[in-house]
Amino acid sequence: MNILLLLIIIPILTIIGILFSRDNKHVRVISAIGMTFQLIVSAIIIIWYLAERNAGNTAEILFASNYVWYETLNIHFFIGVDGVSVAMIGLTSIVIFAGIFASWEITDLPREFFISLILLSGGVFGFFISLDLFTMFLFYEIAVIPMYLLIGIWGSGPRQYSAMKLTLMLMGGSALILVGLLGLYFNSNPSGGPLTFDILEIAKVQIPMSAQLFFFPFLFIGFGVLGALFPFHTWSPDGHASAPTAVSMLHAGVLMKLGGYGCYRVAVFLLPDAAHELAWIFIILTAIGVIYGALGAIWQKDLKYINAYSSVSHCALVLFAILMFNETAMNGAIMQMISHGIMTALFFALIGMIYGRTHTRYINEMSGLMKVMPFLAVAYVIGGLASLGLPGFSGFVAEMTIFVGAFQHPDIFHRVATIIAASSIVATAVYILRVIGMMLYGKITNPEYEQITDAKWYERLSTGTLIFGITAIGIAPLWLSNMITAGLGPVIHKLLLSMN
Amino acid sequence: MLMLIMRHELLLVLITVILLVVEIFLPADRKQKIILPSIILFGAVMILGFIPGPTGSLFGGMYITTPLTLLMKNILTIGVFIVFLQSVDWLKKAENREKISEYYILLISTLIGMEYMLSSGDFLMFYIGLELATIPLAALAAFERFKEKSAEAGVKLIFTSALSSGILLYGLSMIYGTVGTLYFDEVVNGINGAPLQILAFIFFFAGMAFKISIVPFHLWTADVYEGAPINITSYLSVISKGAAVMVFTILLYTVFSKITIMWKDVIYITAILTMTIGNLFAMRQQNLKRFLAFSSIAQAGFIFLGIVGQSQLGMTTVIYFVLVYIFSNLGAFGVVSVISNRTGKETINDYDGLYRTNPMLSLTMMLALFSLAGIPPVAGFFGKFFLFAAAAQQGLYILVLIAVLNTIVSLYYYLLVVKAMFLNRSDRPIAYFKSDGYSRLGFAICIAGLIIIGLYSPVYEFINQFTFGIY
Repeated sequence: MNILLLLIIIPILTIIGILFSRDNKHVRVISAIGMTFQLIVSAIIIIWYLAERNAGNTAEILFASNYVWYETLNIHFFIGVDGVSVAMIGLTSIVIFAGIFASWEITDLPREFFISLILLSGGVFGFFISLDLFTMFLFYEIAVIPMYLLIGIWGSGPRQYSAMKLTLMLMGGSALILVGLLGLYFNSNPSGGPLTFDILEIAKVQIPMSAQLFFFPFLFIGFGVLGALFPFHTWSPDGHASAPTAVSMLHAGVLMKLGGYGCYRVAVFLLPDAAHELAWIFIILTAIGVIYGALGAIWQKDLKYINAYSSVSHCALVLFAILMFNETAMNGAIMQMISHGIMTALFFALIGMIYGRTHTRYINEMSGLMKVMPFLAVAYVIGGLASLGLPGFSGFVAEMTIFVGAFQHPDIFHRVATIIAASSIVATAVYILRVIGMMLYGKITNPEYEQITDAKWYERLSTGTLIFGITAIGIAPLWLSNMITAGLGPVIHKLLLSMN
Repeated sequence: MLMLIMRHELLLVLITVILLVVEIFLPADRKQKIILPSIILFGAVMILGFIPGPTGSLFGGMYITTPLTLLMKNILTIGVFIVFLQSVDWLKKAENREKISEYYILLISTLIGMEYMLSSGDFLMFYIGLELATIPLAALAAFERFKEKSAEAGVKLIFTSALSSGILLYGLSMIYGTVGTLYFDEVVNGINGAPLQILAFIFFFAGMAFKISIVPFHLWTADVYEGAPINITSYLSVISKGAAVMVFTILLYTVFSKITIMWKDVIYITAILTMTIGNLFAMRQQNLKRFLAFSSIAQAGFIFLGIVGQSQLGMTTVIYFVLVYIFSNLGAFGVVSVISNRTGKETINDYDGLYRTNPMLSLTMMLALFSLAGIPPVAGFFGKFFLFAAAAQQGLYILVLIAVLNTIVSLYYYLLVVKAMFLNRSDRPIAYFKSDGYSRLGFAICIAGLIIIGLYSPVYEFINQFTFGIY
């Protein structure tokens, strides 16, 4: 059996296990066991993948399996991975693993919570391993819809409003994607043969320019909504702020990457000519998004809003890098997805834990937390430093690669856009250091904070896993970078062909 | 042996005759005893329907049985079976007890009408079937005659359907006038787009649009749906509409295939109108019956996307979607029906906090609504996707875009119900109750259908093998 199928089967089995569990404790334990297995399987897939590549296997897609699903419409259940999707699988399993432990204290309807959470992660895994546009789209929607219940039931603040806004905007994005996918399908064989949803097959076809220009905006904006493309990012701050901890982690950490991955794998890869033609519009939008998100974060006082806006900024940078169409920048884009995914998950986990202790998320109401909860505070500092791109952490590697790649374009337009985007680093430093200064240092103003205890074992496990991820990438980025580069090959090749 | 060609209808007639006779001999206090035998008999017919049998034509081509018509009849029979299961609880109420066998007889009569309509080989048989399918429905809509609204619904239904039948008949007579025959095979060759034929088509379209409740012929729908008993409403909105849609599609694809260029635009525009207006009105409804009424108007608009596809893909998908729609809508109506019978509550606000007291009902409702909204992994997603694919095949991407934006609007109001059930808290939620065995069996069939039809592709392939050559 294909090992990738395990990534879908394990969540399903876990959900069945949860259905038959007796009480709250069993639910958590079963979820934790299931997601630990998921993490182990992902690790095996990564190691196996690297071993295959070292052994000289140069196939474009590894672990491929192709099952016919709807024969008349030529819809297949086609799974397989390349370097990029392997990296995304690793990211997802780390974040969901940490997410389970971060939501250890859920008491209201725990069974439903963990089922929705794991269903969501199952959708994400399915999305990353799909190579057939139909199944990819199916998994995309499966990943989005549980979010409504997760935010609506277990969220905080204006949770119903945020849940509805988020769901409708993301589903609106998926509506655009649907039109784009049908466009790809009916143009997938101009010579009149059987039509296909197979990504690799469509990539070999020269789709007519008029069709490309028509459908590229659908696909790029459609996926861009999830990837927080300015001005379609507005669901993100509200959604993240209202969502419960684990959901914010998973959403900012993984789900937003679906958008970036979709733009890269579907929009840019399959419609390269239109991508070149229309890139300038989206470069402007993403550059605005990068700087807008960073500036937005500066103005916020609520920790979750700060982090949500910072996510908008970082995710816009991913799309920005994808639009640079060269190997270095694209490599940086994927790195940034992984790096930001882990980093932001860490932030949201910590915010949840801090909120659980201080019962406020406003930074001006907190101070001196370093003295009472050193572990969580240090973890926050580490996350913050990674976010502002300090060398030694993953953020530096990713952003450095992106800006080096972007600067390879000699023309003024790209240079200016790059400089604007790069200036967000300064803004990032401002809001990160401001939060750390106000919240963690100084005197303890609120006497109740004296009683606060530091992290419990499951919180340490959750944050520890994520910190390990950040530093591992920061210290030894080469293996990840090599893995991604190998996966980028066909995309870059196709883009170069279309340029000439 | 020739009679075997008409076995579906004959078996149903047999049931109605048995019921009529038994009814005479049943004492008034034991009328309830007829429920189980009728359901078993009907279930037997449903299963017998799947046994392959002879095909062919009767009465000199007025009545035709093909594998496709058999398939469509089977789909309708499954739906009616679920309706029967869901209505037991309601029939057992004191005020309905003495009319139980009438309910079955009337409902089966309309089904017989639809089956003749599906099997018709000429416009006369088509019209007779259509009338037989409509008139008993008016009696059924007024079934709770002691309720003013129910009586009103019956009257509204009979007036509007009389009007629409009149219009339809006028169209048919014009076709006869220009072609000189009523047989479909011969009409096809006679239709050449002459002005009188176009007028005839418009009349025919208007008549059918009444039955399918297409905007702007939809105005009767909400009132009738709200007034009629819930099980009749679900029958009207699912079985009756499904049958009309399937016949309509086949007639467009066969009889009117020569003037495709004329009806394509009509379908295109009415599809947009129907989806949009159905959705906009559904958003504002509080009563769940009206809510589902408008949602079913919108769904009819989506089905038109499949029709406008004009291909085998379109034909297959329309039938497939009707099948999916039967399970989704009956699931939703079933929940509304059970809750209304037990508590009398029918508005969305009444459902606040339902999940915490009645989790299974809420989950059924959620799956059904997600299927209507087209959310995977339930079958509605596949149905919608293929409908959109059928329209996209003709290059009508703008239409597809409008349709997918409409699905987002529809998702909004379906989520309002989900929100009430799952997100809202209530001081006085609907208390826990155990629904009766028949309803639960009905829900089980609906949920199984919703999950299997989508994920298990042979269902689609099975339908597809019969639609070859229709277009």
